[in-house]
Amino acid sequence: MQTNHVIKLDEIHKTYHTGEVDVHAVRGISLEILAGEFVAIMGSSGSGKSTLMNMIGALDRPTQGKYLLDGTDVSKLNRDALADIRNEKIGFVFQGFNLLARTSALENVEMPMLYNRQRIAAHEQHERATNALELVGLGQRADHHPNQLSGGQQQRVAIARALVNRPALLLADEPTGNLDSQTSIEIMGVFQKLNDQGITIIMVTHELDVARYTKRMVILRDGKIVTDEAVADRLNAEQELGKLKQAQQAVQLA
Amino acid sequence: MRIFASLRIAGRALRRNKMRSLLTMLGIIIGVGAVIGSVSLTSGATKQVEDQVSSLGESVITVFSGNFTSGAMRGGWGSAPTLTVADAQAIAGLKNVVGVSPEVRDREQVLAEGLNWNTQVMGESPDYPQIRNWSIAKGAMFSDQDVRSLAKSAVVGQTVVDQLFPNEDPIGQTIRIRNLPFLIVGVLAPKGFNLFGQDQDDTVVVPYSSHMHRITTRTFVNDILVQAANDKVIDSVQADITDLLLVRHRSKEQDFTVRNQLELMQAVTATSRAMSFLLAGVAAVSLVVGGIGIMNIMLVSVTERTREIGIRMAVGARAADILVQFLIEAVTLSAIGGSIGIIGGMTFSWLIAHFKHWPVVTPFGWMAIAFVSSAVIGIVSGFYPAWKASKLDPIDALHYE
Repeated sequence: MQTNHVIKLDEIHKTYHTGEVDVHAVRGISLEILAGEFVAIMGSSGSGKSTLMNMIGALDRPTQGKYLLDGTDVSKLNRDALADIRNEKIGFVFQGFNLLARTSALENVEMPMLYNRQRIAAHEQHERATNALELVGLGQRADHHPNQLSGGQQQRVAIARALVNRPALLLADEPTGNLDSQTSIEIMGVFQKLNDQGITIIMVTHELDVARYTKRMVILRDGKIVTDEAVADRLNAEQELGKLKQAQQAVQLA
Repeated sequence: MRIFASLRIAGRALRRNKMRSLLTMLGIIIGVGAVIGSVSLTSGATKQVEDQVSSLGESVITVFSGNFTSGAMRGGWGSAPTLTVADAQAIAGLKNVVGVSPEVRDREQVLAEGLNWNTQVMGESPDYPQIRNWSIAKGAMFSDQDVRSLAKSAVVGQTVVDQLFPNEDPIGQTIRIRNLPFLIVGVLAPKGFNLFGQDQDDTVVVPYSSHMHRITTRTFVNDILVQAANDKVIDSVQADITDLLLVRHRSKEQDFTVRNQLELMQAVTATSRAMSFLLAGVAAVSLVVGGIGIMNIMLVSVTERTREIGIRMAVGARAADILVQFLIEAVTLSAIGGSIGIIGGMTFSWLIAHFKHWPVVTPFGWMAIAFVSSAVIGIVSGFYPAWKASKLDPIDALHYE
């Protein structure tokens, strides 16, 4: 078996039994994602992208089909084993940041390490969390609480938290949904930088602008993949940020 | 299990809501404080009673003569003329009997150098101080020789000394009882009041033979004090005495009564024990109420922190991790509350002891019980909320608003 498949989905189905009607949220998706890819999963609401996201994130199990994550068959695991998979192999970034309130940025980043199966010494936890914060450019704000940070900074803390256990996969669910356009570009810049360092990223979004910073777009409709292609006119966050700043200066000059 | 991490998380969560944590603990604090306070006060009272009873003497058996009925006249224990000095001497020959004193009691006006005092005059044997666990402060007890010779020697209590010889050494002085001079050979150490509020030091002790022949001219004794070798043989000695006296008195009906100190102590302490059980029961109820308070707050806390639970599950917390986290929070609450309650209860009883001069016993056993039971209450009342938290679905919890 080839190990550079980070994700291998084989005819995945998900059916919810709610009351009288069965809802087929995902109807047979096969997808392979290799190490180092940066994929956007797109689709309108009800397209099944959230359900797919939950299954890729090992928060939920498919009703049918096989899912290999980093060489492990995740589709048949129990709750505890899924928790361990999430802890070791997946880093989550959410739309609403989902940081613990009244807890410092550093402690937020340390949190996933509390649930490692192997005990990590306190000083090593501290060191790894500090490194992760520096990686997202927040080394100076380690002791700030979430309410003392801007939205973009909070999302950077969330990214640092997702990275701290060195996962095989970074999973971002609408990471720019709560951010303004400039901060969104900054966050996409962070993702692009991490991807350049070899980290595999899957991002769910419904904004085409944001998706254009990725390398590959997968579009879902009615629980099936309708488009799966490389991004042709890929944007570079650094350049876009430069353009935006020029435009702002121009307005001020005028 | 990563207990230390869970402890840290719990501590942080409790610190985040200081006021709420304190109020939640209050139920346990009051419950445990009430247990400790009431137990230390009631066991102090029990201890005092026990001390007083044992001041009557240890392993002591008292033989009273029977009820007295003669024609229409009736009297209580000790009034029937059934016990004699010969009975006492026979009892002294029994196994495991280490001291015997036939006792004759009478109230007399005692005179000394122009002062006089009405007091209890007791006729006893030289074993008396040993039986009553009563030391001689000055001088010595009269001897067996004094008993045989009907000597006019007396040993006096401290109250009598204070009343008759306020500024003098009483040893070698003479007191007059029914106009007979008695030489004071010893002074009993002060013993204070007994259980029934009588001043035990207000007494004059003379040889029983002198009492019976010179003062009262009686042929029977009021009762016989017997000291057994130890508490374990007290029952067998009591049975032997009963058998012996039944034979000696040749009566089918028992014309005497045998009682021991342990029975008396049990009767007296039963009341205060019942009291302490009652108080402990009330306190236990308040502990249960405190536990309900913890359960209530933990349930609120779980609902409030559904999102947090979702985040923790998303980053890899197992159901057991969440369960342990909330359980530890509940136990921490109740254990801290229990500790504060123990300190508070002790402080309260010490204050009472200090200002009211009540006897207080530090109930170490109860402290351990209170601490353990408050921790158990934490586990019991925290379990349902913690279990509820651990059963949350991570996806639902993450999207909880």
